[in-house]
Amino acid sequence: MSYIPHTEKDIQEMLDAVGVASVEELFKPIPDNLRLKKPLNLPASLSEQELHQKLSALGKKNATVDEYISFLGAGAYHHYIPSVVNHLILRSEFYTAYTPYQPEISQGTLQAIFEYQTLICQLTGMEVANASMYDGASATAEAVLMARRITNRAKVILNAALHPEYREVVKTYLSGNRDNIKEVFYCTETGRTLPDAIEKLLDKDTSCVVIQSPNFFGSIEDIKTISEVVHKNNSILIVAITEPISLGLLKPPGELGADIVVGEGQAFGNGLNFGGPYLGFFATLEKYLRQMPGRLVGETVDKNGKRGYILTMATREQHIRREKATSNICTNEGLCALSAAIYLTAIGKNGLMELARLNLSKAEYLKNGLANIKGIKPAFTAPTFNEFVIEVEKEPDAVLKVLLKKGIIAGLPLKKFYSELSRHILLCATEMNSKEEMDELADGLGKVMA
Amino acid sequence: MEFPKDIKYTKEHEWVRVEGNIATVGITDYAQDSLGDVVYLELPSDGTAVTKDETFGVVESVKAVSDLYSPIGGTVIEINDALIDNPEVINDDPYGDAWMLKVEMNNHGELEDLLTADEYKKYVEEEK
Amino acid sequence: MKEPLIFEKSADKRKGVSIPKSDCPELNPQAVIPKDFLRDDIKGFPEVSEIDAVRHFTRLSQRNFGVDSGFYPLGSCTMKYNPKINEDTARLAGFSKAHPYQSDELSQGALQLMYELEGFLCEISGMDAVTLQPAAGAHGELCGMLAIAAYFKEKGKPRKKVIIPDTAHGTNPASSHLAGFSVVPIKEENGGVITPDSVAAVMNEDTAALMLTNPNTLGLFERNIKEIADIVHKKGGFIYCDGANLNALMGIAKLGDMGVDVIQFNLHKTFSTPHGGGGPGSGPVGVKNPLEPFLPKPRIIKKGKRFNLDYNRPKSIGRLKAFYGNFAIMVRAYSYIRAMGPDGLKKASEMAVLNANYIKEKLKGRYHLAYNQTCMHECVFSDKLQSEKDVHILDIAKRLMDYGFHPPTIYFPLIVSGALMIEPTETETKETLDGFIDAMLKIADEAQENPALVKNAPHTTRLGRLDETRAARNPVLRWKG
Repeated sequence: MSYIPHTEKDIQEMLDAVGVASVEELFKPIPDNLRLKKPLNLPASLSEQELHQKLSALGKKNATVDEYISFLGAGAYHHYIPSVVNHLILRSEFYTAYTPYQPEISQGTLQAIFEYQTLICQLTGMEVANASMYDGASATAEAVLMARRITNRAKVILNAALHPEYREVVKTYLSGNRDNIKEVFYCTETGRTLPDAIEKLLDKDTSCVVIQSPNFFGSIEDIKTISEVVHKNNSILIVAITEPISLGLLKPPGELGADIVVGEGQAFGNGLNFGGPYLGFFATLEKYLRQMPGRLVGETVDKNGKRGYILTMATREQHIRREKATSNICTNEGLCALSAAIYLTAIGKNGLMELARLNLSKAEYLKNGLANIKGIKPAFTAPTFNEFVIEVEKEPDAVLKVLLKKGIIAGLPLKKFYSELSRHILLCATEMNSKEEMDELADGLGKVMA
Repeated sequence: MEFPKDIKYTKEHEWVRVEGNIATVGITDYAQDSLGDVVYLELPSDGTAVTKDETFGVVESVKAVSDLYSPIGGTVIEINDALIDNPEVINDDPYGDAWMLKVEMNNHGELEDLLTADEYKKYVEEEK
Repeated sequence: MKEPLIFEKSADKRKGVSIPKSDCPELNPQAVIPKDFLRDDIKGFPEVSEIDAVRHFTRLSQRNFGVDSGFYPLGSCTMKYNPKINEDTARLAGFSKAHPYQSDELSQGALQLMYELEGFLCEISGMDAVTLQPAAGAHGELCGMLAIAAYFKEKGKPRKKVIIPDTAHGTNPASSHLAGFSVVPIKEENGGVITPDSVAAVMNEDTAALMLTNPNTLGLFERNIKEIADIVHKKGGFIYCDGANLNALMGIAKLGDMGVDVIQFNLHKTFSTPHGGGGPGSGPVGVKNPLEPFLPKPRIIKKGKRFNLDYNRPKSIGRLKAFYGNFAIMVRAYSYIRAMGPDGLKKASEMAVLNANYIKEKLKGRYHLAYNQTCMHECVFSDKLQSEKDVHILDIAKRLMDYGFHPPTIYFPLIVSGALMIEPTETETKETLDGFIDAMLKIADEAQENPALVKNAPHTTRLGRLDETRAARNPVLRWKG
């Protein structure tokens, strides 16, 4: 299978038109000593049918959330994706288009992104949102770079309860300035960040403080109090969100004083996909617009006065400002942003708020159920949304192994990320986990701990 | 294209009009024409010290962005606030209402390096 | 017909897709979360029926032009056909419903696919190792440049500069800057390529790398590449090649054989994964052995028949994103390479180059050809002949829409004034190319005989030209009700 339509006759006619004797001759500009003398060592081509069989077989070697009862979250969430999402993003006028540089024939993509930008503003309580970043982690890193530009200060404070991989990405993006990154420890009792602890680290060189809410342990942070502390120092507060369904329940960070809100939009209609592609969302205040990375769609009119949409404020971007650009990002996660826009439209305001309450109910049921098991206790006291941490008296890996045999992926052991949390497991319950499944987990855990 | 005789020019396409110790600074007709529709202007605040040949601000059109270079050194005593709100005036009246800064100069000698209208005109024609 | 914003179609309390009732005890959120932390509304949020949501996005899709709508010769973007089967393989439950934190043991299919894809990309490019983590081309550039910076830092001799030709994509200087380098620009010479002399003149022991694109953005092969690489290597520097134009070289030549040390692949260009209206893409990075220890973590390793994620990488630059990269895009690219096989990939490059040269020959004379020589997979014209009638490349691009084609890339590369960069790709038939050539020739006639017709184009689209100045002067970036 090759998707190449040329017949021998076509090739001959085209070679004649070009005035060369062979296809070979077209490659003359490449010096002969650099030309490949043997075929590439790759598997032979497959027909579509063979390809489908091969890939199906490979796929079957993976566990899926269909086969297993899974309580994994930690930045990638298993939610129901309504049928309309996949049907609509498979409209190939959307997915086979390039970046909408020609607005007259790209109004579909442009209007959808404009709506996506609006939805993100409404959810986060911010004034402007861009057309997307690669994922929540890189969006967080870009937010840190932006805060450093705005404040002209070097130091960055990261909350230790910010997703560990997000912290790693910030460190990579700040490779030359790692010494400027400080971490603020979480409160071991509540699992939250203490405003006092932040205050102690703030100084006149601090550009920003990054917190996550709900944080990596599921604990909901007191954004308002933290914001007051951060702003007293004229620093920027960045709030990262890995589970955006929480925004159907929790007060938007913008109302609580956040200056930049970033996060992972995967939960809005994008599959788990073994980690990607996901969707970085990025929102801020109008006053910081020119320091913002990424593409923006704006409203305008055509020459006849009809409303239309267009890429705008491009002078911030790499193709115009080159090394002085606000970011090097070019290709983003457009189709994932479209999935999010479709998803949020399809479930709507009430749907999202109901769904958020449903997630809360499920997670509370599970948390209470597990708390009753001897040898298990909730690790932290702060209120949570759909994730929480338990502490188990036995070795977590051994516990998880027993449950796996019953077809249950019971959560994520935290010692991989936090050496001090060696007996801790992070669990997530969404609308996809039935009461029976949660009872089965509690039952299984009860037996292991007994 | 206009090249008024009563002002001096730089190769970075700024102009300067001198009255006593005060220099008024803007960008040239050629500069606004090359940029196209100007959409945004960033200027320093009053009291800022500027240095000859160093940037003092940024001007943006839809498709281009350009740093602004100070023709002379000194202290900014006034900026054109109205221009920040209506940067399109740069396209309409580059030598008049679109003045950007008034600078109290600290070294009159720096004026000597600047181009006359004829020299600048010649420079621009070569650059094309 | 006008399509309102979704917010304008909203009605209070109208419901779309329904949410299940809880099978757990209903809970008043205030019982567990302080009231001050809870929201009671999402102001302005849409409330529409399912059919209205479906019609809204269906209508928006009809206002779009994709590869499936017609010829899309966008230079530098390789808008080839996106095979449908790849959409199906990427959506197989085994891939789309796998959680990134399930154990390696439960992810053998995904890890095997990634491991093999890395191997395929090594073989195609002549590199020693590949990471699949970067999410897009520019992300790959950042990855490659950070690895180079880390290499010199580890040697105890950090270097500060990167040489970049003026033909480069804007992402190259932006990525280099983000990785902490300052940029030394060099110019291409008369033949449209960079010369060993111009590199030798600026290369020194403070220069970490030369960043180039080959074939370059003029569609020309950098024929001095080996010699240039030798100059850079002698001073201890690396050659970074932007792989955006790899579609000209598969099975023809390997960048690794030309002295290239680092390359980023754009799976959404060369390897047929759809561009999605702006993404997601995938930007794997290939390196030669000396740079391998610095690649992002985790790496995928194979022990016997088992695949594992290896986090024990002390010299790694760290992570560029959470998890392992845009996996579902990798599945599509893997499917493409398996479908094509070695012969198919070579044929793809051959036909891509034939198609570009065919268009170049047919338009030459009627449009000014910036560099009159055999091109690779794309060719660059300019509006020099038309601008005499005050018809510019933007006008020609807009007029092409009236003939049913997506315009080529315009005003890039920057070194050609009024550039028109045409990349037909291999998946187009001769008949399609002939149709495009006819339209271009008609527009050339129109530009002479009736310039106003071209200058006011497009005439057949739903909207006429949009007011960019208004959008930038008074930014309206969201619906405010």
